[in-house]
Amino acid sequence: MNDYDAIIIGAGHNGLTNAAYLAKAGLKVVVLEKNEYIGGAAVSRELHEGWIYSSCSYVCSMMRQALHRDLDLGRHGLLLVPYLGTINFGNHAERLFAYHDEEAAHLELKRHSPHDADAMHRFQTDLTRYSQLIRKTLLRTPPDPTSFRVRDIRELLYLAKQFWALGEKEIYEYVRFFTMSAAEYLEDYFENDLIKAAMASPGIIGTALGVYSPGSSYILLHHVMGDVDGSIGAWGLARGGMGAISNAIAGALKEHGGEIRTEAGVQRVLVTNRKAVGVILENGDEIRARVIVSNLDAKRTFTKIVDKNDLPEGIFEKAMNFKIRGSSGKVNIALSGMPKFTHVPDNRYLDRGGQGFAGSLETMERAYDCWKRGRWSDDPFIESVIPSAWDPTVAPPGKHWMSNFVQYCPAELADGPWTPEKRDQFGQTVIDKIERYSPGFKDLIVHMEVRTPHDIEEEIGLTEGNIFQGELTIDQLLFNRPFPGYAQYRMPVRNLYMCGSSTHPGGGVSAACGANAAREILMDLRRPNTVPEDDFYDE
Amino acid sequence: MNTTDSFAGERLKLSPFHPRQSALNIRDAWGAWNGYKFADCYYDAEYEYFCIRNTCGTYDICPMQKYEISGRNAEAMLNRMVTRDVQKIKLNTVAYCVWCTDEGRMIDDGTIFKLSSDKFMLTCGSPCSDWLEKSVFGFEHVSIKDVTEEFAALSLQGPTSCAVLKKMGLDGIDTAKRFEIKQFPFHGATLMVSRTGFTGDLGYELWIQPTLALELWDELYAAGEDYGIQPYGEAATNMARLEAAFIMPAMEFNEALRTVHFEHDQTPFELNLGWLVDFKKPHFSGRNALLREKQRGSLYTLTKLDIEGNKPAVGSYIYQNRRCTREIGYVTSAMWSPAVKANIALAMIKTKHLKGELWAEIYYEKELRQYSRVARCRRKQKPFWAPARANATPPPDN
Repeated sequence: MNDYDAIIIGAGHNGLTNAAYLAKAGLKVVVLEKNEYIGGAAVSRELHEGWIYSSCSYVCSMMRQALHRDLDLGRHGLLLVPYLGTINFGNHAERLFAYHDEEAAHLELKRHSPHDADAMHRFQTDLTRYSQLIRKTLLRTPPDPTSFRVRDIRELLYLAKQFWALGEKEIYEYVRFFTMSAAEYLEDYFENDLIKAAMASPGIIGTALGVYSPGSSYILLHHVMGDVDGSIGAWGLARGGMGAISNAIAGALKEHGGEIRTEAGVQRVLVTNRKAVGVILENGDEIRARVIVSNLDAKRTFTKIVDKNDLPEGIFEKAMNFKIRGSSGKVNIALSGMPKFTHVPDNRYLDRGGQGFAGSLETMERAYDCWKRGRWSDDPFIESVIPSAWDPTVAPPGKHWMSNFVQYCPAELADGPWTPEKRDQFGQTVIDKIERYSPGFKDLIVHMEVRTPHDIEEEIGLTEGNIFQGELTIDQLLFNRPFPGYAQYRMPVRNLYMCGSSTHPGGGVSAACGANAAREILMDLRRPNTVPEDDFYDE
Repeated sequence: MNTTDSFAGERLKLSPFHPRQSALNIRDAWGAWNGYKFADCYYDAEYEYFCIRNTCGTYDICPMQKYEISGRNAEAMLNRMVTRDVQKIKLNTVAYCVWCTDEGRMIDDGTIFKLSSDKFMLTCGSPCSDWLEKSVFGFEHVSIKDVTEEFAALSLQGPTSCAVLKKMGLDGIDTAKRFEIKQFPFHGATLMVSRTGFTGDLGYELWIQPTLALELWDELYAAGEDYGIQPYGEAATNMARLEAAFIMPAMEFNEALRTVHFEHDQTPFELNLGWLVDFKKPHFSGRNALLREKQRGSLYTLTKLDIEGNKPAVGSYIYQNRRCTREIGYVTSAMWSPAVKANIALAMIKTKHLKGELWAEIYYEKELRQYSRVARCRRKQKPFWAPARANATPPPDN
């Protein structure tokens, strides 16, 4: 006797999305969450009274508009606000302001290099062309290229048609693009080192690659293909922090009759006759359902909660080898006032964007070298944003908090395991770097949360703290994500599915993985589809 | 050398807030409203729109027309002019009103402030002293005065607006209910604050004598510094009001007194404003025509649409069928709503076809080429955006 139609393991935003769509189709669903709070890596937490951190993910651009609209997330309290320009810090006094206004942005680039200012148009055009192709696949299930099923052939033809529409020259370019490094790719457009560094930095975020590593140019694309209200490449923040996204989806889920249980960690997926039939909780309770959906990453799912003996041959090894290396940390800092940065004009709109401490391509590559040797970099790349500059709900009036994404930071250190002391040293490295660009910064600090890959894994369960639930390299993309042959959300054990960022289209708070998985599950259960198609057409 | 400005006669007037607003108009994006130089946007229209929904912003309403109507028969005269029952307006509150021609065609909409038993203020988008003079005919002891330039008025809208006014020292502002008026001492004069606005969100309008305009601005901006205060212009207003499904002259309605072609103007019923027409009160302009319309039904009905896809249906026709052969209406305003994440529009649709299928034929441009798309429309009953805070008393601080 089943307790539920579906059990979803993990109340991250994809798990909640998956559950919401299953519940919308009339299924009885429960989402099981090990922590006492929901949201996974899309979470808002008040760790110091009055300050609300987006303690993991901090900005958003991939969130599928069609899902936002379909689940009526606005009514459930979600407001995504695009942010204004970014300040890119060079190693010395150079500053590159990415103004929101097109004319202003062009003039600013010209100040650094007239050549690059003009090349930026070509760069943006090319990147937009490539991103269009990928964007169209986000809310679609990847086809299996070895299958002869009508559906797979139709999907393959769809992809081929989009690909051919690029034209001969661009097809060659596109294939090249996928395998290049971000730095090499940018060579063809820019000469100024700070401009190159600023443009290359999205290519390394969340990935154990350097700006000169092949494959980093795709990650660059992954970070610029999102949009806010149709403005491609724009980034936004969620009012109330990233937890507002999870909470709004949870609101939609509850409205459709779904259930969420917190402090209900799953110890084991129950498998009988090669069929998943339920789960055993850490407290020993057993819950049974027709369908089990794991929102955990592929490595954790197949090495931690599914018994190796219940898996077909080779899957355990595939999961062990799944590329999910931890490369980044996060430092959240509560501040008593707005930091002032050197060589930055007193322009309040510049506060309402991000800060990129990229330095130069060489700075970033040297930081990567440290990671390879099992150390955090002493001059790390930091991508920051001060959400309180525009969100009145995340800090007391006049006070602020700064989110600092730090790359690189290894999951395991060369000189032994992470300790609280080492974590503090890592945090110190980060604030030392910011202090160099903002004298007096340290005096503003009210509270700090330092998160190493180790902490992120311990707390929210992402293996090695990898923000994408698995690296976004071409061997792990589209029909290869998470493993070749298992890209359609169905896993090697019957009635077991995956719905997290380990599946297509990958990480980035898009909610697409959860929605795509729901579509497949409903198809298997012969239920009408409740998942919408992407609602942009003909961009 | 001749130092006089030869073009002085055709230059736009400047609002009392202009010195501060021009400093903040980084984009030099100016338009005009009722003879005043008026900002279309200051920095970025979308950013300013989000300030209305996320923090707070100010909008200059100095160019809005303001008339003081006073005297023993002021209430009776206004009651004869507008379709709503003015006797029901409570002291120190504001009421939204429309007024019509004898044929029941809408002249304009506006608000009536009841300041005492025999003193009212009428505000509206376009000048209407001519119609007021006609309306006063037959009423003794009523005086009408154009007080447009006697006020500097600023609208403060958005979720932090109440917190900003509290910070500014307006004690008790949080007890003001929607449409309530409160008075506060300000530099020896009186600052009038009404909990009103044109954004559908929490918000207030501030009214002060023009000589204190800059003092008001400076104190407001000092208080708002930590609450994300930002001036916004016409572009952001138009976005916010459409989400709230508020009508705009020259968009949803063509003012009756400026309408050349027969019935190219509208009636309150057509504009979904039937709730403003009170047949139980004494006679008013347009009553007979409106009563006939109420009994017979309206030809058109202003309808809120949620349209599939993401291309705004600007200027689209509405059809009964997907093949677009049976036309039944036209879109008056359309946009992508960033807050609701929907492709929204207001459209005038023939009432008898409202219940059936609705399709919009949308034209859009892509790199100089025109494309079209037929999209299904769904009718919405409620405003697209109506946050609880807009009606909450006391309102939340953020």
